[in-house]
Amino acid sequence: MVTTQTPVDSERQVKNHTIERQQKLIGVRGFSLKNGVAYLFLIIVTIYSLTPLWWLAISATKNNTDLFSSFGLWFAHFNLIQNLQDTFTYQGGEFVRWIFNTILYAVIGGAGSMLISLMAGYALAKYRFRGSTLVSTLVLGALLVPTTTLALPTYLLMSKINLVNTYWAVLLPSLLSPVGVFLARVFATAAVPDELIDAARVDGAGEFRIFWRVSMPLLVPGMVTIFLFQFVAIWNNFFLPLVVLNDSTYFPINLGLATWNFDPASHQLLYNLIVTGSFLAVLPLVVMFLVLQRYWRAGLAFGSVTG
Amino acid sequence: MTSVASETVSVSNVAKPGGTGSPWWQRLLRLITPYLFVLPFVLLFIAFFFAPLLYAFSQSLYRVHRSGLGLTPPTIVFAGLSNYVKAFQDPAFWDGVKRVLVFGVIQIPIEMILAVVLALLMDSAVIRFRRFFRLAFFIPFAVPGVVAAIMWGFFYQPTSSPIIALLTALHLGAPDFLGKNVVLWSIANISTWEFAGYNMVIVYSALQSIPQEIYESGRLDGLSEVGIALRIKLPMIRPALFLAVLFAIIGSLQLFNEPTILNRLSNAITTTYTPNIYAYSVAFVNTDYYYGGALAVILGVLTFIFSYGFVRFTQRQSGN
Repeated sequence: MVTTQTPVDSERQVKNHTIERQQKLIGVRGFSLKNGVAYLFLIIVTIYSLTPLWWLAISATKNNTDLFSSFGLWFAHFNLIQNLQDTFTYQGGEFVRWIFNTILYAVIGGAGSMLISLMAGYALAKYRFRGSTLVSTLVLGALLVPTTTLALPTYLLMSKINLVNTYWAVLLPSLLSPVGVFLARVFATAAVPDELIDAARVDGAGEFRIFWRVSMPLLVPGMVTIFLFQFVAIWNNFFLPLVVLNDSTYFPINLGLATWNFDPASHQLLYNLIVTGSFLAVLPLVVMFLVLQRYWRAGLAFGSVTG
Repeated sequence: MTSVASETVSVSNVAKPGGTGSPWWQRLLRLITPYLFVLPFVLLFIAFFFAPLLYAFSQSLYRVHRSGLGLTPPTIVFAGLSNYVKAFQDPAFWDGVKRVLVFGVIQIPIEMILAVVLALLMDSAVIRFRRFFRLAFFIPFAVPGVVAAIMWGFFYQPTSSPIIALLTALHLGAPDFLGKNVVLWSIANISTWEFAGYNMVIVYSALQSIPQEIYESGRLDGLSEVGIALRIKLPMIRPALFLAVLFAIIGSLQLFNEPTILNRLSNAITTTYTPNIYAYSVAFVNTDYYYGGALAVILGVLTFIFSYGFVRFTQRQSGN
């Protein structure tokens, strides 16, 4: 009954598809040749994943000439301070403004959509009411229609009501997060016991007070997850701002970098700014990822919940 | 805030004697509470989901009419479904649709196989440094698509590419990453780089939620570890994998950011390269919002058909 692998077995497996071969390795105890192959594969994928980021960090320290004349994966003249200065002061410091805008969009949009999603998800999980199936269906349907499809129609509507080129044009659509409602529902079902709500009712607490004082504290980890997802989605959003904004005063970093990149007259001069700006745009997200890893895992486990 | 506070005071007065038989207004409040909770979401949904789609559809029924000599200013006339007829006969649009479909058919399986293999390795007890590997694979997801495309653009340009520099140094020749037939796969590489680790975490989370006893019974039945991976783990993570594939399908039909950024580097990427780029350039470069709106509506419907079709297909599969 003990699983022993005969030489014939492993021989046959080696001839099999690469994936199966990789999976075979999983069962091998201790350090062996097969284990070595698994590590080799993991290291290759690690290099693949990290090299562009390594390149970005190195390149942020290079001037325009070195970006093209030195080897990309190692340092040349250390020009980081000058690059930062140039990036922050170019055209009256528009990059600083873009950072401010991005933080504004991501923090307010993320927090607002978190609260709105949490309330909706909580209601779907903890109350039985007429129309709840309809709302659930809307949420699932909205998951199948990507935000890029909505960007152009949103522009048409916003130009009709004169919202184009305002902070609202990016902020308001960012408050809608079907994924957030979906996650909130899953989290509320799992984290808030019905008995607790009933007990609070017996104690005479009102419904809103129960939500605020009893349920919310239990949902804090879920709230962090929902906030993170929307925060990153807004930080990374490109199509919607591109469509609803053409005044660079309101640009997020993404759109600003893209316009530096597109500018046919000046892009030759701007390469070091684009690279340094990209580095600055990525840095806070990478830090957030490292610090808040477990909340990501909680959010991405939804696949196993829906089953 | 103040209203909530004062209300709870009175509630506690009423509810104290036994807690049974709440007053009518409290029952009413409990009845409408869930509606108040979902109200902000529903309002946003109407304002930024339904209304834009509906408005785009209504706009797509019009077109700009210019008089032959341009002596009178152009007028906007009702055109019925003529924009849709035009779209269905527009080879530029359908070429783009074909391109993103080919893209998805090749790129999604590669990304998913990579994600599943990595997740299975991460789930294996014999691999060490799993925390480090998991983070390394997941980090690219933190990079905005625009920045990812800018970075990989430098890796693709012959003048700055460290890859081409290395290959040339080894006398292996310089590949043309931005050429007509290759650039689509260079874009596929960016997508794979961004999302393989993300999907690995989805699959890995599903693997982690499988109870260990199931593996034990598999071992008792004489299954090898590979057998367990193929016969037990893979079927168990199917729902998670389906969901990942579903989002990947939606994403690839919407392809926009990466080719838009690479556009400056490659002549192969035209204004009709993907349906989304085409709809954008029709609306904002040609300023034909009416036809652009029609293209956006068709693309939305196509995406919905593909993703819904995929959902139905997988439901039938798991039904059997």
